[in-house]
Amino acid sequence: MDTKDIKAKIIDEEGLNRTITRLTHEILERNKGSKNIVLIGMRTRGEFIAQRIKAKIKEIENYEPSFGVLDVTLYRDDFRTRLKQPEVSVTNITFDINEKDVILIDDVLYTGRTVRAAMDALMDLGRPSTIQLCVLVDRGHRELPIKADFVGKNIPTSIDEEVRVRLKEIDGEDSIYLVNVPKN
Amino acid sequence: MALSSRHLLGLYGVPKEDIQLILDTATTFREVLERPIKKVPTLQGKTIVNLFYENSTRTRISFELAQKRLSADTINFSTSTSSTKKGETFKDTVRNIEAMKVDMIVVRHQSAGVPHFLTRITKANIINAGDGLHEHPTQALLDMYSIREKFGTLKGLNICIVGDIAHSRVAMSNIFGLKTMGANVSVCGPSTMIPMGIESLGVKVLNDIDKAIANNDVLNVLRIQLERDAGRRIPTTREYHNYFGITTERIERNNKNIVILHPGPINRGVEISSEVADGPYQIILDQVTNGVAIRMAVLYLLGTMVN
Repeated sequence: MDTKDIKAKIIDEEGLNRTITRLTHEILERNKGSKNIVLIGMRTRGEFIAQRIKAKIKEIENYEPSFGVLDVTLYRDDFRTRLKQPEVSVTNITFDINEKDVILIDDVLYTGRTVRAAMDALMDLGRPSTIQLCVLVDRGHRELPIKADFVGKNIPTSIDEEVRVRLKEIDGEDSIYLVNVPKN
Repeated sequence: MALSSRHLLGLYGVPKEDIQLILDTATTFREVLERPIKKVPTLQGKTIVNLFYENSTRTRISFELAQKRLSADTINFSTSTSSTKKGETFKDTVRNIEAMKVDMIVVRHQSAGVPHFLTRITKANIINAGDGLHEHPTQALLDMYSIREKFGTLKGLNICIVGDIAHSRVAMSNIFGLKTMGANVSVCGPSTMIPMGIESLGVKVLNDIDKAIANNDVLNVLRIQLERDAGRRIPTTREYHNYFGITTERIERNNKNIVILHPGPINRGVEISSEVADGPYQIILDQVTNGVAIRMAVLYLLGTMVN
C-alpha cells in the first residue's frame, strides 16, 4: 500500500479490538449464546477476524464454537466473464453445518458478490438454520440485495476509494485505511 | 498466477511453476471431492468435448466426472458410434465439432502428435488424454500428486518406473514431469522394453528389480501392454513375472517402505501380484481419486483461458 494514496486512517489497533469485541457481543446477543453457532471466515482476512471473534467468545462464554475457512473462488460469477484467473485455495470446514447458525465473517462488504458466492458454497456443504453476515466494514455500492447482520463500521465511500483492512497476522499492524484508487 | 500455455499437450518442456500450480490447485479440488455435494459452478456455460479415438474407461470417466463437477457441459465422442466409420477424416470431424461452438477438447488418439495437430486446426483449448506412445500428461500429474501427497515433496525422491517403458506414454510424461520437479528417476525392465538412448533424458537404467526395490522410495509399475505388441519382447508373461513382477516377498526382502503406483488397468500376476495390488504398499486407488482432482485442476486452469 502506497502511503501517498492514504486518505484517512479510520480505525487503529485499539479501535479494531473494541469493534471486534462489540461484534462478538452482538453475535452472542442475537443468537442467545454461542451453543448453536459456527464461525466461518472468508479467505483471507475474514479468517483472522473470525479467529479473533472465536477467542473473544471463549473469553466471554468459556466455549469455543467450531471454526472453518471458506474460499469462494470456485463460486465467483466473474470467473466466466473475465479473462482473469483467480488463485484458488482450500476451503477447510471439517464440521457439520446442518441446522447450525452460521456466522459468515469477512473484512469488507462491497458489491455483495463475494457474499452471494459464499452462500452458494455454504449451501453445497449443508443446510444451516441461518446464515448471518458479519463484516468489519460496510463500504456501500451494493450490486446485489445483500445486507450484513453485524457491521463493525459503516464507511460511505466513493467508487474511486477503497477500504484496506490491515491485520497483524498478515500485514503486521491492526488498522483500517481509506485509500484513493483511481479507476480507469 | 496462470499457466504459461492454454493447452496441455504433454509435460515435455512444461515449466516447474506450471506443474507446481496444477498440483497445488488439485489440493483444492481434492477437498471439493470430499464434500456432500461434489460440484462447483466454476465452468458453467463452457462446453467440453471428449474426443476418444482409443478405448479408455478410467481416463474418460475421470475427465467426464471432473467436467461435470465443475458444471461444464460435456459431449462424449467415440469412434465406434461416429461417422468416422463412414470415412470422414479426423480433420473434418473436428471442424464440425468445433462449428458447434465448443470451448475445450480432451483428446485421446492412437497416433502421437494428434493433440498438437488439433491446436493448429481449432481454436479450442486442447488437453491430451494420451496420444500413441508419446505422452499422457494428466496421468503423470496424478502420479506426481499421489507421490507428493505421500511424501510431502517430489524433490530428491528416488522413483523408478518399472516395466514396458518402450510402449508407455505414461512413462514418458512421468520422466519429463518428475525430472522437472527434481526427483531422481530411473527405469527398470527387460532390455527389450527399454528404449535405446533413454539415458539421454537423465534417467538411470536398471535391469535388476531387487536392486530397484531396495534403492527407491517409489515404484511406478506399468502395465505390460500385450495389445501393443509387448508380448513379442518377452518370452512369456510368466517369465516376465518371475524376473520383474512385484511380489510381497520381493518387497519384504528388499524395502518395506516402498510405495507402489500403477496407472491401471492391472494385469494381476504379470507386472504385479494380486497380493501387492491389494496390499498395504500400494496407493493405486488413491491415484484414481486424485485423477479426478488433477483433471479438475487442469480444466479449471485452462478454462480461464477460454476466449
